[in-house]
Amino acid sequence: MKKIIILLSFISFNFIFAQQTPAKNQTQDILIHNAFIHIGNGTLIENGTLVFSEGQIKYVGNNISKEDVFPLLLSEKKIKTIDANGRHIYPGFIAINSTLGLVEIDAVRASDDEDEIGEFLPHIRSAIAYNAESKVVESVRPNGVLIAQITPRGGTISGSSSVMQLDAWNWEDALIKTDEGIHMNWPSPYSRGRWWLGEDPSLKENKDYLKSIYSIESFFNQAKVYSDQKPKHLPYSSMKGVFDGSKTLYLHASYQKQIVDGIDFLKEQGVKKIVLVNAEESINLIDYLKNNNISVIISRPHRLPDNEDQDPKFTFKTASKLIKGGLIVSIDPSGQMERMNTRNLPFYAGSFAAYGLEKEVALKMITLYPAKILGLDHKLGTLEVGKDATLFISEGDALDMRTNILSHAFINGREISLETHQTKLWKRYSKKFTDIK
Amino acid sequence: MTKKYLLLFIFQLSYVSAQVYFPDNSGVKSTSSVYQAFTNATIHVSPGNIITNATLLEKNGVIVKVGENISLPKNTQVIDKSGKHIYPSFIELYSEFGIKKAKKNIAGRRTSQFKASREGYYWNDHILSEYNAINDYKYDKKTASNLRNMGFGVVNSQRANGVHRGTGILLTLNDFDNDSKRILSKRSTENYSFKKSSTSNQSYPSSIMGSIALLRQLNHDANWYKRNSSTLDLSIEAFLENKKLPKIFDAGGDKLNTIRALKLIKEIGGKFAVLGSGKEYENLNELVQEGVTLILPLNFPKALNITDPLLTNQIPLSTMRYWSQAPSNPEKVSTFNIPFVFTANKLKSSKDFFDNIKKAIDYGLSSEIALKALTTIPAEVLGLKNKIGVLKTNSLANFIVTSGEIFEDKTVISENWIQGKPHIISNDHIVDIDGDYEILINKKLFKLNIKKSTKRIVAEINRDSIKYLVKSNYNNGWLDITLIDKNQNVFAQLNSKVIKKNSFSGNGLDFDGNSFKWEAKLTHNDHKLIEKTKKEKKKHFYEPVAITYPNNGYGNVLLPKQRNILFKNATVWTNEVEGIINNTDVLIIDGKINMIGKNIPSADNIEIVNATGKHLTSGIIDEHSHIGASSINEGGHNSSAEVSIKDVIDPDDINIYRNLAGGVTTIQILHGSANPIGGQSAIINLKWGESSENMLYENADPFIKFALGENVKQSNWGPKSRFPQTRMGVEQVFIDYFQRAKEYGETWTNYNNLSKKLKSQTNVPRYDIEMEVLWEILRGERYISCHSYVQSEINMLMKVAEKYNFNINTFTHILEGYKVSDKMKKHGVGASTFSDWWAYKYEVNDAIPYNGSIMHNAGVLVAYNSDSAEMSRRLNQEAAKAVKYGGVSEEDAWKFVTLNPAKMLHIDDNVGSIKIGKNADLVLWSDHPMSIYAKAERTIIQGKTYYSSKRILEKIKSIKKERNLLIGQMLDAANKGAPTEYPKKIIKREFHCETLD
Repeated sequence: MKKIIILLSFISFNFIFAQQTPAKNQTQDILIHNAFIHIGNGTLIENGTLVFSEGQIKYVGNNISKEDVFPLLLSEKKIKTIDANGRHIYPGFIAINSTLGLVEIDAVRASDDEDEIGEFLPHIRSAIAYNAESKVVESVRPNGVLIAQITPRGGTISGSSSVMQLDAWNWEDALIKTDEGIHMNWPSPYSRGRWWLGEDPSLKENKDYLKSIYSIESFFNQAKVYSDQKPKHLPYSSMKGVFDGSKTLYLHASYQKQIVDGIDFLKEQGVKKIVLVNAEESINLIDYLKNNNISVIISRPHRLPDNEDQDPKFTFKTASKLIKGGLIVSIDPSGQMERMNTRNLPFYAGSFAAYGLEKEVALKMITLYPAKILGLDHKLGTLEVGKDATLFISEGDALDMRTNILSHAFINGREISLETHQTKLWKRYSKKFTDIK
Repeated sequence: MTKKYLLLFIFQLSYVSAQVYFPDNSGVKSTSSVYQAFTNATIHVSPGNIITNATLLEKNGVIVKVGENISLPKNTQVIDKSGKHIYPSFIELYSEFGIKKAKKNIAGRRTSQFKASREGYYWNDHILSEYNAINDYKYDKKTASNLRNMGFGVVNSQRANGVHRGTGILLTLNDFDNDSKRILSKRSTENYSFKKSSTSNQSYPSSIMGSIALLRQLNHDANWYKRNSSTLDLSIEAFLENKKLPKIFDAGGDKLNTIRALKLIKEIGGKFAVLGSGKEYENLNELVQEGVTLILPLNFPKALNITDPLLTNQIPLSTMRYWSQAPSNPEKVSTFNIPFVFTANKLKSSKDFFDNIKKAIDYGLSSEIALKALTTIPAEVLGLKNKIGVLKTNSLANFIVTSGEIFEDKTVISENWIQGKPHIISNDHIVDIDGDYEILINKKLFKLNIKKSTKRIVAEINRDSIKYLVKSNYNNGWLDITLIDKNQNVFAQLNSKVIKKNSFSGNGLDFDGNSFKWEAKLTHNDHKLIEKTKKEKKKHFYEPVAITYPNNGYGNVLLPKQRNILFKNATVWTNEVEGIINNTDVLIIDGKINMIGKNIPSADNIEIVNATGKHLTSGIIDEHSHIGASSINEGGHNSSAEVSIKDVIDPDDINIYRNLAGGVTTIQILHGSANPIGGQSAIINLKWGESSENMLYENADPFIKFALGENVKQSNWGPKSRFPQTRMGVEQVFIDYFQRAKEYGETWTNYNNLSKKLKSQTNVPRYDIEMEVLWEILRGERYISCHSYVQSEINMLMKVAEKYNFNINTFTHILEGYKVSDKMKKHGVGASTFSDWWAYKYEVNDAIPYNGSIMHNAGVLVAYNSDSAEMSRRLNQEAAKAVKYGGVSEEDAWKFVTLNPAKMLHIDDNVGSIKIGKNADLVLWSDHPMSIYAKAERTIIQGKTYYSSKRILEKIKSIKKERNLLIGQMLDAANKGAPTEYPKKIIKREFHCETLD
C-alpha cells in the first residue's frame, strides 16, 4: 500500500502544484463516503458520508447516495466523490498559543519576530508579522494542523493574538479572527538566579513578586478608566476589549500561586473572558478553575517532569485529570522547538489519550475545545452541518504517527496542497537514487 | 586567679618576637627558661590514651614530658589543673587562613583567551604548581581567635585558586609569637582541585573533564620533562620539587567529584587528603582507597523552613534526605574504616562546630574517632604525627584545657595553649550556680531559678506565679540581677560576689530604692536539669531514613536481582530473520536469552509473565544521548580528544530512570559539539542504582565525538576568536590533527623499535594524551561519531578520513545525509539521525523527515537518536515516523532504535535483537511498540528488572509517605529551635550538544 503511494507520488511529481500555492475557493461540491468520521465532539461515525459545498458542510452522517444529497446543494454543479475506503475524516486540528510564522529559523535572529521589547504591549499585533509563506507553516499541514492562533511572546503583556488558517497568500487572507486575545504572563512567585552570571540557580521565593503585581495593577487600573482621550494612549486603548468582553485575556501562569493570584486579580478587574495557558500546576486547582469557569490550555506532554520526585509520566497524565474534572482543555505547544513540533500536535493529543483519555475525547483537545476557547465553535472544531469544511482525510488514526498519513485536506472547502519544501526534497533525492540504481 | 592570668599575659607579651639572634632595644634582653607544669589533670595524650591525675611539663613551646609523678625541675611554674581535662589542640587541614584571595582577572572577558598569559611556565595558566601560598600570607588574628575557640592550634592553609594550586603553609595559631615561630612549614602540602583559577581567563579547561585530563597530562609532562625537555618550565620544576609533599585535593563539594578525584589519584599516585562533600554515605564502596584520607565537612544541612507548601512541593525528596542522613555521614565513613579528618571550613562559630560534632556523635560516631579526626589523623596526613595532634615528649605544647570530656554537652574550653602560650577561651573559674533559690526582697519571698550559669546565664524570678522581667549578668565572679515589676513599674537590683557553689549573698536595692542585704537559699540543686540535658542531647536526633541507590525517590534499597523469566505468548519483535512472531514464548536464564519458541516449559525458579496481547522487543538503544553526565562539552580548545565522558558519568541522573520508563536500555553519552574534535564518549547500560563504573558497557569499543558546522565554527555563540570560523577552517583542523597524530605515531613507533641501548641515548618522545587518542583512530582502534548537518561537510569528513586511511563510523544528526546517501553507502558510514527535527538553525533548513527513509532505501545503516533527555523516552514512537515519512516497513523502522544503533556502537553481538545467547535486555510493551498508545511495562537489562510500571506506583506512594515523614521531622526540629533555612530547588540543567560545559 505504502509503496503504491510512493510510486504514485513519483508519477504525479511533475503535475503537482508548486508548493505553498494557496488553494482556490471551492467550486465543486465534494462527497466523501465510506469513512470513519471523527466529529470532534466525542462522536465517531463508522461508515459515514460527509458532503460540503462552497466551503460549508452540508451533510454528515451514515452513508447515503449521491442523489440523496442533491437537495442539500445550492447548485447543480457536478459532485466530486471521494471513496474514503475506510479511511478517517477529522476536523482540521487547531494549534492554540502558537508562534508559527513569527520565527523561521530559531538561531537566525533576523528571522525572529516573536518577542517585542517592553513590558505592557497589548497594542502589539502578531497578525501582521505572520509569514504566510513560512516553510515551517506549510510543514504542519500534512499532519492535519490547519488552524492556529498566532501569539506573541515575552514581556508582562505580550500583545494581541489572531486566529489564522494555514493556507493563504498573505496574513490578511489568512485571518479568521483578528486581535481576539491579549496574552499576559503573570510574574512568578519564585525566581532563580542566572547561572551564567554566577548567580545561585536554585528556585527560591521571588522578592519582587508583589512589586511586579503592583505594576500590573496600576496598568490595569489606568487602562480601565482610559476613555479615548487625547493624546491617545495606544496600550490602554488596546485593553478595552478585555473589559467589555470582546477580547479574551489569556493568562500564562504555571504555579498554583501564580494561577490563583492571576485569576483573582483579573476577576476583580472585571475581565470577562479568561483562559489559562501553560497551567503546569492546574491539576491541583480543578474545582477552583471550574467554579471560575476557566478553560485551560495545558502544556504539551512532550516535556520533562518539573521535578525529580514527579511521576516520570506526569506530563502525560495532566490532561485526563483536568478533563475528567470537567474543564475545557486544549494543548499548549509552546516550549523548545515549538514551531517545527507543531506538526506533532496530533501526537500530543495521542499521548494524552495513552494516559487516561478516550481517543475521541483526546481529539476534542485539538478540535472542539480550542474552537470554543477561541469563540469559533460556531464554524470550526467539529464536523457538523453549517460549519466550515475545514477537514482532512487520514489513512488511519490521526493521533498515532503510524497512521497519521493524509491524502486530502480542506480549509473552508478549498483543497489545499499537502506538498512542502520537504516533500519536494524527498522526491528529488529519492528520484536521484532510484535513477542511479 | 584571674589576676594571675592577667599578669601572665603581660609578662608574655613582653617577649613577643624574641628570636635569639635579634637585637632588643625595648629593655634588657630577657630569655625565658622557665618550665611550666600543668598538674592534676586528666590528660588525653592521644585519642584513647588517657592518664588521670597527670602532669604535663612544657618548656619554650615544646612538651618535655607527660605522665604521672613527674619530677619537676626547680624553675618550674606549677599550674594546678585539678578537675580539668587536657587535650591536644586540633588541626585544621583545609583552610584559606591568612592567605590573600586570588584576584579575579576581569580583563578581556569579552574575548576568549586560548593562550597562556605567562612565559616560562606551564602551557596552561590554571596549573599554578609554582605558586607558594607563603608569598601571600599574613597572620589573621581575628580568624585565628575564632579557630582557637573551636580548639584548633595548627592550621594548614592554601590559596583556593587553580586546578593545581601550588603549595600551602602550616602554622600555629599562636598570637604571642611571630611568624618565625608560628610557621611550621612554608611548603606543607601540594594542593589540587577541579576548578580553574580566577587569575587567568584562559578558556581551557572549561569543564570538569578538561580539568581531569589536564592533571593527567601534567603528570605525563612532568615525567617526561625530567630527562627530555630542552626548554624551561617553572611550573613543572616546582611540581617535581614538591612531589614528596602531602597532597590535598579539593573535590569541590560534589559527591561525584570526590569519586572522580579518587580515580585520578589512583592514576597519578601519591598520598592525598580529599575534601569531600558530606554525602560520602551514598557511595562508601567507591571511597575505600589506599593512601586516601577524606576531609569531611561539618556543615550539616539545616532543616528546611517549610512555610510555603508550594515551594516545598518543588523540593525533591533527595534534598530532604540529605538533611536526614548527613549527620550520620562521619559514622558511616568510619564503619568502612576510611581514615578521615574533619574540617571546620565554612563553619562560622565554635558553637556550630561543636554542635555538629556532637550531632555526628549522637548519630553514632564514636567520640574517640571524632577526636582522632581532629588530631592524630590530620597530623599523620601532614607527616607530623609525633609533633602535633598528640601530647608527648618533643611534640608542640599545643593543648586545650576543658572542664570535662571534650564532646560532652556541659564542657567548656577554657584555654587553648599554643606553643606553650596561653590563649584564654573562656573563664573556667565560673562557679556553677544552676539551681532553684529563694530570696527575700521587701520581706517578700521570691523564687529564683538559674540555668546555664557557666555559659550564658539565664535567670528567672517568680512570685505567686507572677513572672518578673529579669536581666542578669554573671561575669568575673560577680552575679548581677535586675528584676522589674512591670505592673508597678518598679525594680530591684541585686549583686553578689560568688565564691562557693550554690550559695551567695550580697547587697542590693529593693523595690523602694533602699539598699539591703540579701541571701539566696538553695532549695533545689538542679539535678533535674542535668537529666533533662541528657534527654535534650537526643532532641535533635531523628533516625535517618534508608539510603537508596541512587539516593532519590526512585532509587532502590537493594539493587535489582537477576531473575530467570519466561514470557508467555507475546508478540516478539526478534530483529532477526524470524521477524515479528506472534504467540511466542521467550525464556531468559542468567541474564541471557535462552529460548525462543512456542510452549516453552517452565521450571522452578522461573518467573512466568503472561504476555498475551503484549509485545516483547529488545531494549531501545540511543546512539546520541547527553543524560547521565555532569558535563558535556570541553570547548576550551578546538580539539579536546583527551577528555572523556567516562570521567564524568552521573549515575544518579533521574533521566536515566525516565529513559528506562521509555524502554531505553543502552545509551552512548556523547561529548557535545562545541569543537571539531570533541571528547571520548561513554557507552552505558542504564543500570539504575549502580556506580558509574558498573554502568559502563563491558568491553565496548572506544568512540569519540567529532562535530561539524555551525556549532564548531561558533556561529551562534562565542566571541568568534577561535579557529575555525568557517567550514573551510574545519577541514584544516582535521587535517592538521590527523597529520600530527600520524607523525606522532611514527615518532613513537621509531622510538619503540630502538634497541635498549639506543633508547637510553635518545630523548623519549613526549606522551600526549590527545595525540594518543587520535592515533588510535588512525590505527582503527577508536571510532568516530560525528555531529553533522549539511552535505558539503559530510562529504568533506569522509574524504579526510579516506586520505588518512580510515572510515568514519557514524554520522550523527546527519540531517542532509539524504543528499549524499550514495557516497555514505560507499564509505560504509552509519547514519544516526533525528526523525523530524529541523528549522532550529540555518544549517537544518533542508532537514527533512524523509531523511531516514531515503538513506535506508539507499542501503545506509540508519538509526534514530534523541540528543534530548525528553525525546529519548519515546524513541519507540520516533521510529514510527520512519513508517509515516517515507514508508519504511515497521520491522525495519523498529531496527532504527534497536539493532541499527547496536551495530553502530559495535555491540550487536550482545544486544539489539532477541536472539538466543544475547543479553536479556528486553522491554515488554502494552501495545504495538511503535504506537502512540504503547507503554513500557517492564524494562530489563541482563535479566534484572530496572523498571516496572506496576512498581512505579508503589514508588510514587512511598515518595509521598517519606516526604511527609521528613517534613514532619523538620517541622518538629524547627519547633525545638533547630536552625532552619528556606528551601531552594536546585535546577539541574538539561544537556544538549550545545551546552557549553
